[in-house]
Amino acid sequence: MSHIHPLHPETMPNEPEKATLEGKNKFLGLWFFLGGETVLFASLFGTFIALRNSTAGGPTSQEMFGLELVFIMTVLLLTSSLTSVYAMYHMKNHDFKKMQIWLGVTGLLGLGFLGLEIYEFSHYISDYGFTFRSSAFGSAFYTLVGFHGGHVTFGICWLITIMIRNAKRGLNLYNAPKFYTFSLYWHFIDVIWVFVFTVVYLMGKVA
Amino acid sequence: MSIAAAQKRSFSTVLWDYLTTVDHKKVAHLYLFGGGFFFLLGGIEALIIRIQLIKPMNDVVSAGLYNEMFTMHGTTMIFLAAMPLILALMNAAMPLQIGARDVAFPFLNALGVWLFIFGGILLNLSWFLGGAPDAGWTSYVPLATDSASHGVDFYVLGLQIAGAGTLMSGINFLATIVNMRAPGMTYMRMPLFTWTTFITSTLILFAFPALTIGLFLLMFDRMFGSAFFDAALGGNAIIWEHLFWIFGHPEVYILILPIFGVFSEVFATFSKKRLFGYTAMVFATMLIAFLGFMVWAHHMFTVGLGPMANSIFAVATMAIAVPTGIKIFNWLATMWGGSIKINSAMLWSLGFIPTFTIGGMTGVMLGSAVADYQYHDTYFVVAHFHYVIVGGTVFGIFAGLHYWWPKMFGRILNETLGQITFWVFFIGFHLTFFIQHFLGLMGMPRRYWVFLEGQELDLGNLISTIGAFLMGVGVIVFLYNVVVTAIKGEKAAADPWDGRTLEWSIPSPPPFYNFKQVPLVRGLDALWIEKTEGNRQMTPGEPLDDIHMPNGSIMPFLMSLGFFVAGIGFIYQTDHKLWFLALYGGMAFALGTMVVRSLKDDLGYYVKKEELEREAK
Repeated sequence: MSHIHPLHPETMPNEPEKATLEGKNKFLGLWFFLGGETVLFASLFGTFIALRNSTAGGPTSQEMFGLELVFIMTVLLLTSSLTSVYAMYHMKNHDFKKMQIWLGVTGLLGLGFLGLEIYEFSHYISDYGFTFRSSAFGSAFYTLVGFHGGHVTFGICWLITIMIRNAKRGLNLYNAPKFYTFSLYWHFIDVIWVFVFTVVYLMGKVA
Repeated sequence: MSIAAAQKRSFSTVLWDYLTTVDHKKVAHLYLFGGGFFFLLGGIEALIIRIQLIKPMNDVVSAGLYNEMFTMHGTTMIFLAAMPLILALMNAAMPLQIGARDVAFPFLNALGVWLFIFGGILLNLSWFLGGAPDAGWTSYVPLATDSASHGVDFYVLGLQIAGAGTLMSGINFLATIVNMRAPGMTYMRMPLFTWTTFITSTLILFAFPALTIGLFLLMFDRMFGSAFFDAALGGNAIIWEHLFWIFGHPEVYILILPIFGVFSEVFATFSKKRLFGYTAMVFATMLIAFLGFMVWAHHMFTVGLGPMANSIFAVATMAIAVPTGIKIFNWLATMWGGSIKINSAMLWSLGFIPTFTIGGMTGVMLGSAVADYQYHDTYFVVAHFHYVIVGGTVFGIFAGLHYWWPKMFGRILNETLGQITFWVFFIGFHLTFFIQHFLGLMGMPRRYWVFLEGQELDLGNLISTIGAFLMGVGVIVFLYNVVVTAIKGEKAAADPWDGRTLEWSIPSPPPFYNFKQVPLVRGLDALWIEKTEGNRQMTPGEPLDDIHMPNGSIMPFLMSLGFFVAGIGFIYQTDHKLWFLALYGGMAFALGTMVVRSLKDDLGYYVKKEELEREAK
């Protein structure tokens, strides 16, 4: 198979992720997938907005939410989007090692975000007795934020598998689309978090 | 690979071949067998419903069993029969129509069909494991959340698994059509069936995630004690209705738009004319799809959304009649002055026009919010949606099967038996459903187990049941036709209908790589252009070269099996903690196969140029 051999800087096309038909299909397929994901999250946001004040006498968002923690989580996740941009930058400049390093940093930032989210959830449960079953608000909150967290988890697993698989291989036209589509997915997770931050936490704190 | 060679292979070889196939033409066969099987199940359920309603105060089935029957009839027919049969036609014809060697994601395609099959099996296991779902195919809460048996749990998990498969097919077809068209095949030269596949895939992509979320919320409420629909804890039952219909209304267009594509191909081919108003047909399809998304709340006129919301949704709903009317007139104009050949495929298409027009008119009647308060949940609604879904989708599936059967299986369905199928089914269909309009207007409610004597509903229901059995006879004749054709059917030439589009330019059935050389497309109805210019085949768009093909894989089957086991675990973990073993085991197995798939390269193989040249001799 011709395009499986490692690429050299001089043979490197401008857009290695779209240089083969497989790459083009992966690139486009992932964009379509993200279109579907948008409806998925839109449905969750709609549900959350309808139920966010239905606390049934249980804890409200104003009582519980601490913006400091959510701010740190936001910084971690937005930075991880930036580091994945660095990784793609190095991919296009054909520096495999630096790409791997920045992808690693991206994964670590994602893990940090996840850790804080788990801390946040356990804090609500232990300090406020606020669970998935407390009220419709509780169900909607844990489902929406948990779905986003699930996407982050899935993204990290995806990242680990492509990093392990390609560790000793170098960059080629077969794996470039795989890295690139991962970075698209990761940006999408970030964009969703911006909405979670705004709709769930900011609106929840002030409303 | 000649047919004679294929017949010599042992049963286990053929079975393994289908279990591991990633070839879109074999995936089409799987969709056809699976969808056909569930179509028969759904049909039997329909007959049981009609037997129960053959006379007043009948007691063939109990009230509870009747609830299960109509729930499973609706769910099966929509999700496990109509959609897969349409996906079968798409997989069989669309890649060939655009001159592609394969679909964009062959592995994903196979995964989609296996998820559908396992989802369908899971749903139907409920019959044997303590009761089927009984809250209607719409599964409205709180009816669904209060349903005592595990039935609704099977509904939730079965549809979730099957729905994931459908979403994958949608993404696959979109990428295929955008990226893999033959040289010269511009968007406005694509056959109409490809166009409708394209637009339907968009609908699938944007509609199914809403169902995914709806099913998740219902699952969480039923299995994990969340409170989305529990009014006591602040939940809201209308959220389910919105999510269901945001999916559910586009779904009926997912069922009908590809069928419009089938009829466009059939009318053009058998009238020996190019499709009248091709451009208008394309834009009408887009408009119908767009409006189809905007009108979900017309299923909720009686919920109490208020006159403003009802009016907006009523007007938008009725607007859909305009592009649909454009299509009907274009089909008529296609036939006008054509050299028409009437065979089975054409009969189904001709029968569709008046039938679907009636269904469309009652649709406009139902779209009027004020009048809907009268029709709501009566047999009038039942008559309406069977006129469009049977009179549209099922007629279209039969037309498409008669039309593409030679391409799919290399044999032509028996014409006499085909015509008998049509006439028996067509007469049975109108007997069954035409009269239901009047039963509905006379006040017979939908979903009721019995009706009373002395309300003048007796005769109508009797006729309706007789019609249903006639439809059953029609389907049996079709099955007999399939068997007869398989045993001693006429071998099909590459182009048995004197066709116009690219799928007829290659042998029937096509070689596994479809096109030896990808054809050069010079206009709409690419093959017809070559024929009128006296060319016996398509001009190649590329030199003869090695062809890259994907490897077969058992992974899609195993992944789906994992989700199936996990689904059973989810359903029963509420009874006993031990079922968590199935849940975690199944998930671990499914995710494990995904990890293996990620870590193992599957680069496919090449069909060598020399081999292709040798085959040509």
